[in-house]
Amino acid sequence: MTDIASRVPIGRSRFGVMNYLVCLKGILIREGLRYLNQRERFISSLVRPLLWLFIFAAGFRQVLGVSIIPPYQTYVLYEVYITPGLCGMILLFSGMQSSLSMVYDREMGNMRTLLVSPFPRWFLLVSKLLAGVAVSIIQVYAFLFIAWFWGVKAPPSGYLLTLPALFLSGMMLGALGMLLSSLIKQLENFAGIMNFVIFPMYFASSALYPLWRVQEASPLLYKICLLNPFTYAVELVRFAFYGQIEWTSLAVVCGFTIIFIAGAIIAYDPSRGLVIKKQEGGNN
Amino acid sequence: MRRRHMCLLAATIALPFLAQPAWANLVYVSNEKDNTVTVVDSKTMEVVKTINVGQRPRGITISPDGKIIYVCASDDDTVEMIDTATNEVVGSLPSGPDPELFVLSPDGQTLYVANEDDNLVTVIDVNTKGVVAEIPVGVEPEGMGVSPDGKTIVNTSETTSMAHFIDTSTHEITDNVLVDSRPRFAEFKPDGSEVWVSAEIGGTVSVIDNKTRAVTHKITFEIQGLRSEQIQPVGIRIAADGKKAYVALGPANRVAVVNTETYEVEKYVLVGQRVWQLAFMPDGKQIISTNGLSNDITFIDTETDEPIKSVTVGQLPWGVAISPN
Repeated sequence: MTDIASRVPIGRSRFGVMNYLVCLKGILIREGLRYLNQRERFISSLVRPLLWLFIFAAGFRQVLGVSIIPPYQTYVLYEVYITPGLCGMILLFSGMQSSLSMVYDREMGNMRTLLVSPFPRWFLLVSKLLAGVAVSIIQVYAFLFIAWFWGVKAPPSGYLLTLPALFLSGMMLGALGMLLSSLIKQLENFAGIMNFVIFPMYFASSALYPLWRVQEASPLLYKICLLNPFTYAVELVRFAFYGQIEWTSLAVVCGFTIIFIAGAIIAYDPSRGLVIKKQEGGNN
Repeated sequence: MRRRHMCLLAATIALPFLAQPAWANLVYVSNEKDNTVTVVDSKTMEVVKTINVGQRPRGITISPDGKIIYVCASDDDTVEMIDTATNEVVGSLPSGPDPELFVLSPDGQTLYVANEDDNLVTVIDVNTKGVVAEIPVGVEPEGMGVSPDGKTIVNTSETTSMAHFIDTSTHEITDNVLVDSRPRFAEFKPDGSEVWVSAEIGGTVSVIDNKTRAVTHKITFEIQGLRSEQIQPVGIRIAADGKKAYVALGPANRVAVVNTETYEVEKYVLVGQRVWQLAFMPDGKQIISTNGLSNDITFIDTETDEPIKSVTVGQLPWGVAISPN
């Protein structure tokens, strides 16, 4: 990155596609290295959904009963139902984790290295987002691989068809994390994200229970679930496993991805962003 | 790691395209509560017709040439015949009171009907439509099986908990074998060496040697998370190559896949509620279960033993028969 920066006048960015790719590659490699160096992160990202699958789902198997709802063609065990939700959970945690690392980077000063790059801010943020999503998708497939041996099997082609759905959902959740990271001032505040974002998003969605069952229990909760973008991410992934596109979910996920990315770009824009405003506020 | 994943994915994509049935067959399902027979196209897996039949249709079977479907109309005390060319009821046979289940001889000429209320097995000639013989058996006869050579039939009586072996030339009981409580169904192995009898309350399948007429194995079932009384074996089908047997487990909502050499359960396939009877597709690539309480049938792939699709039929589907083409 510094090479390019020295060759190109700072201020006006007139880079070729190759330069952009070099930058993207740099960010991807950095994120990948960081990921490889954090074995615990990989293991914990696997343990979390596996605990849900092995313990929670096993216990609820009989309680929740079975019924056929699209995209399922026949009766499925609760483990099978919950798996797309757990994929979503990995993406959600991973997205929030990237937001945590953004806050960490900012506190440690690493962020400055990234943000002083002559490339446009939006490109840097999107590259960072892509890097985060790539890492989380690897986690999802590792989880699905283990789940396969537990007897949770989708049609074989579904594993490939769900890749775009995972990517889109990952982008949406990653962008949300990025937007949130601009709002958090300190690392300690991450617990707030956990309580106020991750848990409500995960529980008030179709990840754990089919929406018809939620509606039976509480019409209000049903409406909340319908307003939750995470519900649509899960449904998009669920239908993709069976080679189907849930158009409403696709539209909602795309829409929210654009909104969150735009929000993050504005928030990180030094001239009008929330970062600068907050810093000003903090100094007062 | 990632590359290995991708290879695995690529290799598995082609799989679902390989196991498609070549010909469409018609699946006939008797709906006990609706007084109908639902006809389902096996290829599109959609209902194509509903045929009105007599009251409380239960046992259903098809002639070896595939031209006639026989249905027990239990509360009308007849066996009705459906022409598979037109899918209309074309006639009926006298069956004795309350026929529940029957079996057609391999040559398609003789129908052996269990009359639940009268403790009889009625033998009917399908050509003359006349009763040939009435064989007194145990209390509440139900399950009927015929040996591949047509020389022996086995009837199970629910209350007596016995399998009665009957010689078809003399119409006499030759052997009585005690099995577990409430035997529901009897099925011969395709080579005629064994008879498998399910016991609904006993929760077991007894394997009886056809030569010695003694129980040689008892298959038990265990499903994690289910109480043992929920496991009630009913319908049994053994694959044409004799290697695998499928047992419908009633309220356990599962079909057990049993290895016929080791007599061990290899797999439990999740289907609809209160699975009752089973039938193989003529090519043996799929087996279909009737799920009484969820009003549907489930297609199961016999290569992978995975459920493919469940199709809603009439109320309380009981039995199933499949036309050859």
